[in-house]
Amino acid sequence: MTNYETVIGLEVHVELKTRSKIFCDSTTEFGGEPNTHVCPVCLGLPGVLPVVNKTVVEYAIRAALALNCQIAGFSKFDRKNYYYPDMPKNYQISQYDLPIAGHGYLDIDVNNEVRRIGITRLHMEEDTGKLVHQGTITTTPYSLVDYNRAGVPLVEIVSGPDLRSPEEARVYMEKLKTIIQYTGVSDCKMEEGSLRCDANISIRPVGNEQFGTKTEIKNLNSFKALYRALSYEVERQTGVLNKGGRIVQETRTWDEREGVTLPLRSKEYAHDYRYFPDPDLVPMIIDPEWVEDIRRSLPELPDARRERYMQEYGLPGYDAGILTSTKELADFFESCVSAYPNPKAVSNWMMGDLSRLLNAGGVELTACKIKPAQLASLLQLMDEGIISGRIAKTVFEEMFASGKDPGDIVKEKGLVQISDKSAIMAVVEDVLAKNPKSAADFRAGKERALGFLVGQVMKTTRGKANPELVDKLLKEKLLQEKL
Amino acid sequence: MVTREDVEHVALLGRLELTEEEKEIYTRQLNDILGHFQALQRLDTGNIQPTAHVLPLKNVYREDWVGQHMPREDALANCPDRDENYFKVPKIV
Repeated sequence: MTNYETVIGLEVHVELKTRSKIFCDSTTEFGGEPNTHVCPVCLGLPGVLPVVNKTVVEYAIRAALALNCQIAGFSKFDRKNYYYPDMPKNYQISQYDLPIAGHGYLDIDVNNEVRRIGITRLHMEEDTGKLVHQGTITTTPYSLVDYNRAGVPLVEIVSGPDLRSPEEARVYMEKLKTIIQYTGVSDCKMEEGSLRCDANISIRPVGNEQFGTKTEIKNLNSFKALYRALSYEVERQTGVLNKGGRIVQETRTWDEREGVTLPLRSKEYAHDYRYFPDPDLVPMIIDPEWVEDIRRSLPELPDARRERYMQEYGLPGYDAGILTSTKELADFFESCVSAYPNPKAVSNWMMGDLSRLLNAGGVELTACKIKPAQLASLLQLMDEGIISGRIAKTVFEEMFASGKDPGDIVKEKGLVQISDKSAIMAVVEDVLAKNPKSAADFRAGKERALGFLVGQVMKTTRGKANPELVDKLLKEKLLQEKL
Repeated sequence: MVTREDVEHVALLGRLELTEEEKEIYTRQLNDILGHFQALQRLDTGNIQPTAHVLPLKNVYREDWVGQHMPREDALANCPDRDENYFKVPKIV
């Protein structure tokens, strides 16, 4: 049996979060009553003139620079002609032979190996309207169209055929999402369709230079769908070739429910778009100074930030990777560390208790009630011995629920740690008197009995006793009486 | 050289239904037009940039502001068929 190598390239569409559409002043806001975010330009009425939104060009350059692309000095828009009611004009304004940027790359980590994935091109285009079917597109008696989304700005980012497995494709997509989010040009919400993906996939015998016949998979609307659809397609294509068959070059759609890819009838997707320069729009000569201004305004990007966390803060690669996986998380971390300069302690709380509470409550970090300065002061309260680590966890949960300052919670609930030796000693004596058996066990060499006794002291003091002091005083007392 | 198959293909892409006679006529006419343009092919354009636009304009931009939307009834006024607030179109595939 032949061993095959998988070859995947991704086309990712990212909606840019400008206020208005790419060629008119209608809003880009998601949702809204059907056909209310429209005007004569995005409805393609006769006699209108589209004009490029300058911020779209700026955002496209911003995203392209973050992906190490070269920016074109000369760029233009073209019409992509096709009959399909998702565009009212019967063409989509896109870029064909002179895209705004290309020749970039991004690095992905797969199995502790860095793989450089080429970005072939990045171009601007308008999004299409939304079609609503009853059931599926093939069974519906008619379709309904909402043009609110028509004309929302997109960049399409095309990778080279450099990905070698469904897993690499997923990691690439996640990395791309992280980088774009850092640049601030898109929310990248897959569930709202502001990040979408099509995949080209083929297989070839290992060692072959020449690519096999590819299929294009559409409708990959989550990281999971991307991974599953590509895994399915590898199996399917391998099966066809092993039986002596041939792969048909075609467009297929991912059926999430059945877990299979299915061919779309090729006639409607004929790749015969008859591109030509849009005579309504004039060419763009991109000023290199503008590009440099944009480059200077880019934030520190995930790879550089991760590296810095390892160098500057001495964090393990794992911590650094997670903390820099979103800009919000990294900003939170740094803000906290500037107030409480113990990076590892902050990292532990963020990756532990904070992410646990966020996940359990389904809360985004941006909506989290705990502010970085508050986490810092909680850690200070622990350092100063005002509260124990155990109490800190309780306080943290209260902070998460109410957004109150840790100091106020400690005062309100009377959670200040008892570090007064004589007060703890009184409780220790009381506990020993009530538990003579455990005391005897410990003296007989059963170390485990100590744990029980510590627990009793903590229970009596409602967790407020300084644990180290409890431990020390208990041992002292037990050993004293042994003599 | 434009063939009859080319005409049929282009007609399909443009969703035009042509009679046999029309296919005949358009094949001949399109070839006449292409023949006319062939005169231009004789010019040496080696040092000329491809034309992206016929007017000497560049960098025409608008600022990113939201303006007035069209009243929905106006937007839907000319559509052949509607369903509530949607445009209604025949089965696509």
